[in-house]
Amino acid sequence: MAPLLLLTLIVPALLSWPLGKVMAHLIEPGGTSRYGRRTSELFCRTGGDALTGEQDWKQYLVSMLVFNMMMFAFVTTVLALQQSLPLNPDGKGPLEASLIFNTAASFVTNTNLQHYSGEAAMSYFSQLAGLMWLQFVSAATGIACLAALARALGGRSSVGNFYIDLLRAAFFILLPLALLLALILIAGGVPMTFEGAAVARTLEGATQTMARGPVAAMVAIKQLGTNGGGYFGPNSTHPFENPSFYTNIVECMSIVLIPMAAVWMFGRITGRMRDASVIFSVMMILLLVKAAAAFWLESAPAAALWGLPVEAAPNLEGKELRFGAGAGALWAALTTATSNGSVNCMHDSLNPLTGLVPLAGMWINVVFGGVGVGIINLFIFIIIGVFICGMMVGRTPEYFGRKVETGEMRLALLALLVHPLLILGGTALFAATPAGAATVLNSGAHGFTEILYEFTSAAANNGSGFEGLGDNTVAWNIATGVVMLLARYIPIILPLAIAGSLASKKPVPETSGTLRTDTPLFGLIILGSVIFIGALLFLPVAVLGPLAEHLSAASH
Amino acid sequence: MTNRTSLPDTCEQAKSGRRKAKTSSLFEKQLVTGALRRSAVMLDPRSMAKNPVMFVTEAGAVLTTLIAAGNAFTGKGNLTYTVAVALILWLTVLFSNFAEALAEARGKAQTDSLKRTRRNTVARKVTNGREESVNSDELQEGDRVVVLAGEIIPGDGEIVEGAAMVDESAITGESAPVVREAGGDRSGVVGGTRVISDRIVIRISVSAGNTFLDRMIALVEGAVRQKTPNELALTVTLAGLTLAFLLVTGSLWPIGKYFGMTLPVPTLVALLVCLIPTTIGALLAAIGLAGMDRALSANVLAKSGKAVELAGDIDTLLLDKTGTITIGNRQASDYFPLPGIGLDRLARIAMEASSGDQTPEGKSIVALAEKMLAVKPSLESEGKTVPFSAQSRMSGIDFPDGRSFRKGAPDTLIRYCEKQGGTVPATLQELVNEVARKGMTPIVVADGPEPLGVVALADILKPGIADRFSRLRAMGLRIVMVTGDNPLTAAAIARDAGVDDYIAEARPEDKLQYIRKEQEQGRLIAMMGDGTNDAPALAQADIGVAMNSGTQAAKEAGNMVDLDSDPTKLIEIIEIGKQLLMTRGALTTFSIANDIAKYFAIIPAMFVLAIPGLGVLNIMRLASPESAILSSLIFNAIIIPLLIPVAIRGVRYRPMGADTMLRKNLLIYGVGGVVAPFIGIKLIDMALALTGLV
Repeated sequence: MAPLLLLTLIVPALLSWPLGKVMAHLIEPGGTSRYGRRTSELFCRTGGDALTGEQDWKQYLVSMLVFNMMMFAFVTTVLALQQSLPLNPDGKGPLEASLIFNTAASFVTNTNLQHYSGEAAMSYFSQLAGLMWLQFVSAATGIACLAALARALGGRSSVGNFYIDLLRAAFFILLPLALLLALILIAGGVPMTFEGAAVARTLEGATQTMARGPVAAMVAIKQLGTNGGGYFGPNSTHPFENPSFYTNIVECMSIVLIPMAAVWMFGRITGRMRDASVIFSVMMILLLVKAAAAFWLESAPAAALWGLPVEAAPNLEGKELRFGAGAGALWAALTTATSNGSVNCMHDSLNPLTGLVPLAGMWINVVFGGVGVGIINLFIFIIIGVFICGMMVGRTPEYFGRKVETGEMRLALLALLVHPLLILGGTALFAATPAGAATVLNSGAHGFTEILYEFTSAAANNGSGFEGLGDNTVAWNIATGVVMLLARYIPIILPLAIAGSLASKKPVPETSGTLRTDTPLFGLIILGSVIFIGALLFLPVAVLGPLAEHLSAASH
Repeated sequence: MTNRTSLPDTCEQAKSGRRKAKTSSLFEKQLVTGALRRSAVMLDPRSMAKNPVMFVTEAGAVLTTLIAAGNAFTGKGNLTYTVAVALILWLTVLFSNFAEALAEARGKAQTDSLKRTRRNTVARKVTNGREESVNSDELQEGDRVVVLAGEIIPGDGEIVEGAAMVDESAITGESAPVVREAGGDRSGVVGGTRVISDRIVIRISVSAGNTFLDRMIALVEGAVRQKTPNELALTVTLAGLTLAFLLVTGSLWPIGKYFGMTLPVPTLVALLVCLIPTTIGALLAAIGLAGMDRALSANVLAKSGKAVELAGDIDTLLLDKTGTITIGNRQASDYFPLPGIGLDRLARIAMEASSGDQTPEGKSIVALAEKMLAVKPSLESEGKTVPFSAQSRMSGIDFPDGRSFRKGAPDTLIRYCEKQGGTVPATLQELVNEVARKGMTPIVVADGPEPLGVVALADILKPGIADRFSRLRAMGLRIVMVTGDNPLTAAAIARDAGVDDYIAEARPEDKLQYIRKEQEQGRLIAMMGDGTNDAPALAQADIGVAMNSGTQAAKEAGNMVDLDSDPTKLIEIIEIGKQLLMTRGALTTFSIANDIAKYFAIIPAMFVLAIPGLGVLNIMRLASPESAILSSLIFNAIIIPLLIPVAIRGVRYRPMGADTMLRKNLLIYGVGGVVAPFIGIKLIDMALALTGLV
């Protein structure tokens, strides 16, 4: 089975190359197909010049924020009124206010942290027009912002137009891919219907209600757009979201496909494919290490079984047996490398050290990462690495031929601080107060990990749940909602500001005295920056959570 | 001490003082005691605030001291341990202050000798033709003063009348006197130097207290020191990292509550101080000061720290050929007469034409002619010499009988001959080209309108210069040779020396144009110059180094002055700039790399009581939790003085490509930075365990 799992990494890596080329072609002005041009023209006629003119990075960000606020307001309205809106065959009732805030924040930020169960709480209209719509446009926002960053780093003062980019990303890139994947999933047995829940009489004579709906459409974009918000509460462990071993492999590959392709898109727009190769290699190495570690650690039995005759088996607790323990570990690694957050096994039941793998992935949040934003996150690590190591060659540090100085470093450090502030600050607050401590289902280190994971997932815009947490409370809904919003927009705004400030500087010609950013040595520097900064910021909580749990179990 | 008889002594003292400062060991007793005293004064939080890392450390020290006092008062808590933490924290701050104070003191030792030259003298001020005695510190810009042989020049200025031998050893350390004269490019004099011969009149160009020397002294002593751009960016970075670690340690206290632990605040402060980049934070100011100090040791006065730092970024070096690439002046090596012209005639006319040319080149033409001609000819004396000038580019002699001899650059001489109505044979141009192609400078000699032939001036490359250039090129520098030679000669010399480009037949405005062109492509340019007509180019260049012997205009235009007037100094300045940045990068990397080992020491120590399983993480097998924390903190403090030599002398620098240099530094300071504290902390822990205190 291991070779097949390895294939789930290799296939998307191979596909990412042509897809990256297509994405760069589609998102760059003038590079679209006839279908694309026509749609753009229609859009321009309706939207007028205000929506389609060239923007500098500030205007671009303003448009991005305005659009996201509008989407937030729209979906809040849809969710709040779902009981009186159409497409509600099962008559779903109203939602609680803090849950509406949390859910709207969660889907507009591409997080898809779910404090509800879709099949129980959401109408078809909420699922499709509210949540699935956001799954498209939030992913498209990420791709658009990456395109803007790449254009600025390529030295352009105009970084494109946000609305045009959003349109291209949503309709030309995401929509066709999602359509294709949905068809494959339907063929694999995922339901796609507007009929209400099916009611069946079992052999024993009991009545069983089976929730269904337009599942395939939502699962496709949830996997492709690093969204992760499932149609059903149990996400891809549910047999209607992920029926078989084969749909599991296809869904697994879809998690990393676009994040991988985004690296090549970045390379093509900046015109620095060698740099993109280095970035891709760094991310790939981290991904392989994560996947291998999770796979290996999960092949050990759960601590409760240690010393028993059944010990030889891998940890099967919380796994779907149709996928197996290995597939669960691999998915856990992939879904937290990218900021996807869908699951096909129970993360709460992972061995403690395996549980560290998803956590570490979300702490660094740059292993391909969320569509578009993964590279934007890595950009901060690159700038810090360039600054410190660049000095060691005896020159003012430069990136892409532009000097990195006080202004850029101030923004970079601010961006770096957001992530630990939200995770450590949130965890500390909730661990020390009943708001969090009273909601955990396990005591001690494991319970701590449950709180830590929830804040980590929200701050990484990941959305996966460790579970084992009564998280649908007003305190959790508001706290994670705020964390998701801050963790989404600040790490887009600051890097774009840095890139804009770099773009306004005069380019310095590269000489043999310049620190080169397209070499394996620089790859090592990026790798070092990511691992070092990640470790220094999160080592104490890693020790107190998963490591303490593992060591305590081992010492018994 | 203003009487003249004591002057030679003080000069000697000043000189030996400077030499001593240059060679003194790092921790000279006098400097150290001064620095120690100053490091206590610098504990004032107002002066600490400019260094965020050390400010946080001091705040931690204050907090821990208060807790220790509280412990002593209530009798609760582990008093010995808290006092130990507080003491080490205070020591950390003091070490940091000491590093800065020592670097300052070393700068002061250098400037003290400079200051001695600045001390008051009596000046003979000339007003309306009358001399009056005034104190030198009362002199204003524009005043004229007379200086006689044996007297000290009272202030910076320019010679407006006369010429003199000047002993500049007090500021340059060079004992041979130099010639300074009115007009031309060697008219600048510096206050504090001594006139050995003759009488000169000087126009004071800077008011007392604002001289170049004053500004430099203030800069080195840190009085007016502003953070340089890179230093500022690094300070921001370090402040950001400090905030991040404040967050990490700050969150541990409430998290500890979840586990039912009350983490002792001194331990949290200890963890914080170990994690924040105290090493680089403590040494950052010293690195900058030491960079200025190194520049001064190289006898370079920089107008700002920024200029020294910028030197590391230089992409293109504009070097004058003469004195930098080739040895001193060209020597006449051969005569090439045109067909039909006798060698004797050519040599004789060339000699006559050069009689008015007092440059070494002119003299060498005369010397060669004297050697070649069997009979020593007597120069005709009634002729009127036409002196050489940069504009006319020729010299010669006119006789009352209408004969006129000329020698000079081929193109000007050919034009001259044609203007006089002579015909220039095609063979002359061939001859000129042939000489030029050999890398020699052709000088055409003419008798009235008739060209006679060519004198070849040979250049000798400085030994090892090609090798040096190839190393500079490995660092990514473009070297451009500036010469007055014709393009063919320039190309030949450029080839031999291995420079990237050359500006031939260069006039001052060509330099300016070249600099602008390079800057448009984003390159940073450094150049050296001395003349007034170099001033625009010096001002335009990113690093303009004026020679001390040069005019005041040149000195004002550039951002550095080289006291030695040594054209190769540019290379040294660039190396100082690069070393400055490298030292910062290396120590930052080292500082952050250290944190891994400290985590392994402190984290198990903090939590092992609540979570016994964490004992496995104590991979260094440190004796006890207290000893683990104290050992890390002691290592963190002691590494500061241990690295003072690296901060002040700079990391070892050899010219090499960026990649090689980075790999080497990453290995030493990155990997070394991870490994060293594991060893250091273990050793300190063993020593602590031996004392039995913890």
